Amino acid sequence: CCQRHPGSVDQFQEELVIRPLHSGDIYASFQFRTLWDTDFLQERQKVSHYRLFPKSLGQVLSKFSVRELHISFTQGFWRTMQWGQPFIPSPPGAELWVWFHDTVSDVDGNWKELTNVLSGIFCASLNFIDLTNTVQPSASFKPLGLGNATDHRFLRYATLPREIVCTENLTPWKKLLPCGSKAGLSVLLKSEKLFHSSFHSQAVHIRPVCQDEQCTSKAWELRQTLNVVFDLYTSGQGKKEWSLFKMFSRTLTEACPLATSSKVYVDITDNPEGELFELSPATPLLSQAVVLGDRRTYSVFDLTRAEMFGQLRSLNLLLRWKGDSGDMLRPLLHAERYVAGFGLQTGEIHTVIYNNHPYRAFPVLLMDSVPWYLQLYIHTLTVTSKSRDNKPSYIHYQPAKDRHRPHLLEMLIQLPPHSMTEVTVQFERALLKWTEYTPDPNHGFYVGSSVVSALVPSMVAMNTNFTQDQPLFSSFVPVKEESSYFVRVYTEPLLVNLPTPDFSMPYNVICLTCTVVAVGYGSFYNLLTRTFQVDEPSLPLAKRLANLIRRIRGVPLLA
Amino acid sequence: MSHDFLQMHLKAVISCLLIFLYKVHTTKAGQFFSSGHTNNWAVLVCTSRFWFNYRHVANTLSVYRSVKRLGIPDSHIVLMLADDMACNYRNPKPATVFSHKNMELNVYGDDVEVDYRGYEVTVENFLRVLTGRLPPSTPRSKRLLSDDRSNILIYLTGHGGNGFLKFQDSEEISNMELADAFEQMWQKRRYNELLFIIDTCQGASMYERFYSPNLMALASSQVGEDSLSHQPDLAIGVHLMDKYTFYLLEFLEEVHPASQANMNDLFKVCPQSQCVSTPGHRTDLFQRDPGSVLITDFFGSVRKVEITKDTINLTSPVEPPIQRSGSGDIQIESLTYVDQLPVAEIIHQKPKQKDWHPPDGFILGLWTLILLVFFQTYGIKHLKHIF
Repeated sequence: CCQRHPGSVDQFQEELVIRPLHSGDIYASFQFRTLWDTDFLQERQKVSHYRLFPKSLGQVLSKFSVRELHISFTQGFWRTMQWGQPFIPSPPGAELWVWFHDTVSDVDGNWKELTNVLSGIFCASLNFIDLTNTVQPSASFKPLGLGNATDHRFLRYATLPREIVCTENLTPWKKLLPCGSKAGLSVLLKSEKLFHSSFHSQAVHIRPVCQDEQCTSKAWELRQTLNVVFDLYTSGQGKKEWSLFKMFSRTLTEACPLATSSKVYVDITDNPEGELFELSPATPLLSQAVVLGDRRTYSVFDLTRAEMFGQLRSLNLLLRWKGDSGDMLRPLLHAERYVAGFGLQTGEIHTVIYNNHPYRAFPVLLMDSVPWYLQLYIHTLTVTSKSRDNKPSYIHYQPAKDRHRPHLLEMLIQLPPHSMTEVTVQFERALLKWTEYTPDPNHGFYVGSSVVSALVPSMVAMNTNFTQDQPLFSSFVPVKEESSYFVRVYTEPLLVNLPTPDFSMPYNVICLTCTVVAVGYGSFYNLLTRTFQVDEPSLPLAKRLANLIRRIRGVPLLA
Repeated sequence: MSHDFLQMHLKAVISCLLIFLYKVHTTKAGQFFSSGHTNNWAVLVCTSRFWFNYRHVANTLSVYRSVKRLGIPDSHIVLMLADDMACNYRNPKPATVFSHKNMELNVYGDDVEVDYRGYEVTVENFLRVLTGRLPPSTPRSKRLLSDDRSNILIYLTGHGGNGFLKFQDSEEISNMELADAFEQMWQKRRYNELLFIIDTCQGASMYERFYSPNLMALASSQVGEDSLSHQPDLAIGVHLMDKYTFYLLEFLEEVHPASQANMNDLFKVCPQSQCVSTPGHRTDLFQRDPGSVLITDFFGSVRKVEITKDTINLTSPVEPPIQRSGSGDIQIESLTYVDQLPVAEIIHQKPKQKDWHPPDGFILGLWTLILLVFFQTYGIKHLKHIF
């Protein structure tokens, strides 16, 4: 199909994973990966010939000396307790974290320009990312790509919890794909169905990876991921029967001609004998993968084989439920966050982290970034596990500077087995200047999600070898040791009300002051500067006639 | 004799006819090249926030849809929507914005690109887009890169009053500011001709103060009148469109890229019997006669195509890039991925070296005060006892 261009070799793979969830919802995860064997940051020769890798992103990478870029747009919140762990986690709103190359001298300047350029590429308000909501984590968000030096001065992290995701963000995202939305798995991406869901997240991840198994040279990897969870009642009409047509209002007709591999995986681990649900068309291809600490079995549909599409030249996967699924295995790590307290002056942030492993304890790294207008009282910070004080082994706190910097709190906490750990900190709400309020301040102000990063003990041995034919969903996070896997959990964003002034008060004050001044001063001025004359009152008509007669007679007049 | 006279008469009539046809032909051809613009831009702004102002977003999106359909590409459209209606949680059909009740026409579409959204739609940003005075890091899709041969369509909708238009319920733009912005555009030669359409209450007040040449303006209502909304949809629960833009959309749906409809037809859109308010227009600043201005001069992007029969020799194909010199010497050590949560390393992490900053103003002032008080009480000559 595609000729290999001499010099730089790039290849494209696409896959879709469908995972039925215990609550009756269905989780679909698209991953599109472009692997390109080139070096953007090389001085001698500028990259000018782009084939599968999008040119807009390539130019951004070379201009700003970006080593790693991760950006995600999410609508909805991932419910870990009902749905398990996602393949690629993301917080609600927009999240952007970037590792710059060590040759960069002005990281903040590059960051500011990078956010503006990305806001134009993705049609999002990323230009609202500035120093007031950017943090520099000291231990979280280590690079997911190749490299050895990890000086955290070159890392920037920002999140916009208020950011809305809609078709205008999906359109440019689809334009970055080699096949656009015309062929392959991307024909399924129709916005009317994707946004009518419980959870929708689209992300772009760019990082340097190993080119081959020996890992002697780097290649650039661009992954575009789209995770969506369709609700049983809104999209499924209450019937436990899912098909590609019901989920996406489209069926698959062909693989993307530019892709070297195009596969659909359906998770049938809970259905070994076919007693839970029926999958049609049946396929003999099965694949096993160890992902998120569990060995899962998948039915594989290889779209590059023409016999997949049958006579009608279309593939519509159908899952029909026969029985009731049992309880879901509780996820090992889970976190929640909420605001406690009353009134508009003080409050308390509670972050609760659950360790559901029956006997193993493991450490987690909690990162909190709180805007400056919630003034944290760090002396009230308490970490309790099983109603006993739990001292973190590492704390990094950077206090906020009004209108310059947000709070950053990072703690490494050891979670005892089968326990609930609660982190509380009190805060006071600040009064903003009246120009700093948004046009709808009574909605409230958002506080970004906390990030909990952990190495969770795995139930089965993880695969530490890097092979080319590993499915994409299991090869996103690099695995260093067999006994644990890395997971990141995001909590809910908070919505806090700040004391909001009455914005009509300047107008009211001006009116009142002007009235008082006009009436009070004006009257006083008149009293001082005007002379008064007594005015003769005019007599009624009868008396005037009488006066006239009296004047003629020469007699004294009436008063 | 009479036969000759008849023949001569016939010849005269035929020659007259030929001259007449020739004249018509030249005027038509002359007309084709007389509009004077080479590219088209559109700036479409919706200034209202909150769910009950759904109709203003639908107004703007219907003009966007017409303009895109008639040929103006997304790179030449600056679309500003002050709030998100399509993916609003109150929208019973997400990712759609309807203009007709019973959900007949989805004006949001599948390939919309919004350049300024949400809180970015402010008076300052709008004026900066018009005048081109944007910070250097602004991306191209957010700029109005017009030149002196561009025809620009500007469409504003929202809540307005006599002489002002409200942006997001927190600030206003006055008609004088708008007129001055257009004058700045004229002085910098940022437009060839400009069509300004406004659909708000008392919209005619917004174009009263224009004083720059080559401006044509349309408004949905006169001073003292309110522009009314059209029809509610009971499933969505709000009014879907304003009357003026609804009939404007109906008119534009009839227009296709080769259409000869002119501005006089546009002035007749939505008479008082349909709109209840009286739409107004202003053409005194415009050089050409409105009857000769095509709708597609502003709403479409009609490209002038030149057909040539000459052969053009293309340059030699791009050379494949030179092999990297690094492939010669084999790297022995293999690269590794970074440890995601190196617990031991984190615990023993040295505290970050903070950059040294000179002491702040307050500290300096405090120390100066202490030194001054010290020297006042003890005098300078006591210094030698200290040092």
